[in-house]
Amino acid sequence: MTAHLHSVLREQVLDAAARGLKLTPHGSGSKDFLAQARVGVPLDMRGAQGIIAYEPSELFVTAHAGTRLADIEALLHMHGQMLAFEPPHFGPHATLGGAVACGLSGPRRIAAGSLRDFVLGVTVMDGRGRVLRFGGQVMKNVAGFDVSRLFAGSFGTLGLLLDVTLKVLPRPQAEQTRVLSMSQSAALATLREWGSQPLPVSATAWHDGQLHVRLSGAAAALEAAVRHIGGERLDDGAAPLFWTGMREHRHAFFAGDRPLWRVALPPRAPALDLPGEQLVEWNGMQRWLRSDATAADLRTIAGGLGGHATLFRGGTSALREAGVFEPLAPALMTVHRRLKEAFDPSGVFSPGRMYAEL
Amino acid sequence: MSALPPAHEAHGPTPDRTAVIAALSRELPADCLISDPGRLRAYECDGLMLMREMPLAVALPTTEAQVIATLRACRRLGVPVVPRGAGTGLSGGATPHRHGVVLSTARMNRILSVDRLAQQAVVEPGVRNLAVSEAAAPFGLYYAPDPSSQIACSIGGNVAENSGGVHCLKYGLTVHNVLRVRMVNMEGEVMEIGSAAPDSPGYDLLAVTIGSEGLLGVVTEVTVKLVPKPRVARCVLAAFNDIRRAGQAVADVIAAGIIPAGLEMMDQATTAAVEQFVHAGYPLDAAAILLCESDGTEEEVQDEIARVRALLEAAGATEIRISRDEAERLRFWAGRKAAFPAAGRISPDYYCMDGTIPRKRLAEMLEAMEGMAGRYGLGLLNVFHAGDGNLHPLILFDSNDPDSVRRAEAFGVDILELSVKLGGTITGEHGVGLEKINQMCSQFGADELDMFHRVKAAFDPAGLMNPGKAVPTLHRCAEMGHMHVHHGELPHPDLPRF
Repeated sequence: MTAHLHSVLREQVLDAAARGLKLTPHGSGSKDFLAQARVGVPLDMRGAQGIIAYEPSELFVTAHAGTRLADIEALLHMHGQMLAFEPPHFGPHATLGGAVACGLSGPRRIAAGSLRDFVLGVTVMDGRGRVLRFGGQVMKNVAGFDVSRLFAGSFGTLGLLLDVTLKVLPRPQAEQTRVLSMSQSAALATLREWGSQPLPVSATAWHDGQLHVRLSGAAAALEAAVRHIGGERLDDGAAPLFWTGMREHRHAFFAGDRPLWRVALPPRAPALDLPGEQLVEWNGMQRWLRSDATAADLRTIAGGLGGHATLFRGGTSALREAGVFEPLAPALMTVHRRLKEAFDPSGVFSPGRMYAEL
Repeated sequence: MSALPPAHEAHGPTPDRTAVIAALSRELPADCLISDPGRLRAYECDGLMLMREMPLAVALPTTEAQVIATLRACRRLGVPVVPRGAGTGLSGGATPHRHGVVLSTARMNRILSVDRLAQQAVVEPGVRNLAVSEAAAPFGLYYAPDPSSQIACSIGGNVAENSGGVHCLKYGLTVHNVLRVRMVNMEGEVMEIGSAAPDSPGYDLLAVTIGSEGLLGVVTEVTVKLVPKPRVARCVLAAFNDIRRAGQAVADVIAAGIIPAGLEMMDQATTAAVEQFVHAGYPLDAAAILLCESDGTEEEVQDEIARVRALLEAAGATEIRISRDEAERLRFWAGRKAAFPAAGRISPDYYCMDGTIPRKRLAEMLEAMEGMAGRYGLGLLNVFHAGDGNLHPLILFDSNDPDSVRRAEAFGVDILELSVKLGGTITGEHGVGLEKINQMCSQFGADELDMFHRVKAAFDPAGLMNPGKAVPTLHRCAEMGHMHVHHGELPHPDLPRF
């Protein structure tokens, strides 16, 4: 079945290359709102779905790119494991391939790492219609350049993701969420201090005077951490919903039409003095901002602090067309263009989805 | 070793040595350039001492500006550059190029900042791995990757090799702990790759840079993540009378949802060799010994150790000891850390392999290696990072006996090729370099190797940065007979060969 699918895809890729057509691979379309607009002929990558290999004691799962993320997570859950980077789905049918192509990570990122940290291997089709395998199913593998991780967050511009191997981790024995009342600056200072100590903090979110802190680990360790951190316990039934809501942008902060910016900052960046509402995650390293501020102003502020700003959702078409991602330095763009050319010499895949030059 | 490729294989015309030295001496202070043969000798090899080559010159820049000037001069003259850190690498990644210049970053060794509240440090590439943790220690922080050479190896070299260590099962490899690098390419342009903030815009060039074995550029500055030092660490030592049981115990621990801070295995021959050396009091009658470390808060460690103990008992451990204090914990580890020097004491030479296999294939792998040892008539010590399936078989041989060298080499090739066959890789953490370049032809097909060459060319179109390492030419693979070639034609004849 896979061989047949690959040959069909290969024909489409070679045909597009020969005729100068563009293809835009997609899964369920749950994250279409991200990045620059899709152009070209849609190529549905859900032709192959399902788990290819999963061995709990080997700590990896391999699945076809079209597999529903929810199905993978349900299977891992049955075995007491999880995708530790907590990928946002943004829709019930979100696929593995889509998650990897968009490269997003959820609340647990501050403790467990980002999506790319968990990518162990990929099978891809390049712009010459070749099926290429990089990485594998083992944790430690330094043979050849780490091309698998290059595909994480590449928005379908380098090639077609066919299957992906991710590292998986055991779910924590226990979790508890504490709620504290404090200003944004106080929250940032507190989180920095906690970050430098061996505390089992696995997620943090500050909004409107309230700081939510999730602790994960052995039950006894949580009790000790609670004594240190204080705050009120969030009901154990409500806590998972709170963090899923944060991951999926279901929190009331994310409703409405005002442009949603994501500002990524180094750990010590201060509270941003900007008009508009803010929600702070990842110990202050991920700031969500509902603001009509100009892209130039935001990028100057973020850049000045050593970070970068992305127009995550919404905004006028003029604002989006001006570039949702932070522009790249010329030397970096040169390497990006050459990598794009290496994988996709005819410029078939998702042109302009990240940058006009790619 | 005879089947290893000559370091100068790939690159063409012989540059004029005098002109190269003259050009470099215009760019570098006199004490930053070595050209007399006596002093060059110290750079003729890295940790892979079986491969030696004399470079034209060695540049020892102390600043990024000098790195840029060195690279521009070499680029202008078409001279290959071999970047070098502390020279402790085991795969020949820093073996000189006969017609090239070695660029050592060893003198760029300043720690630029250690920030407790950001849990980050900014260091120059020549800073030693352990020095980062030492500088962070007063703040209760440390740098997690801990390759066995950490007292000597440098961060720049760690970036080049994506180094791991005993604790990477829980804390990750270099790629998980480096946030940003500044890198100078062969054209002398500076690139900022990654950042102190999460998720840099664009492609994940940091992932490609880390583990690139000096093929893409010279790193001049590195931002690393620091992690809080766990309050407590304790180690469980378990003895097994059957190595398969020990392998099963490792799988049981992981399957129970425990990710130990370290999970290591030694076979009986290794235990005997190291016991003579460190007198750690290991049980010498055991077929295999497991070391399982737990770290965290006192509560976490107590809880985890109790669970680990129950699992190991159920798996048939014949003896279990739990470190009672820090001195005992270090004693448990002393033997594991002394495995390589101990091998050096019981044999004139040893050859360290680095394959990784899926953990469940361990018994099969061990049996096969036992068979190979018999066939080749050579001794073998087995030490593993058991938690992540990374094996370090030490083949014992005598370099004064050419036949013993030949057998050791063939034995090593067999181990690597079996690792690939079992679904693993030829190198878990030591890199390909020159040593394993032939086995890349077994692990990857022509199309993947072609893509690796294209990725290199995206960073280094001139092909002058550490040429001939890490990725074999398709021609080489065809000659090795590892690659299927139609009608004697190589795929992609248009490709540059470096």
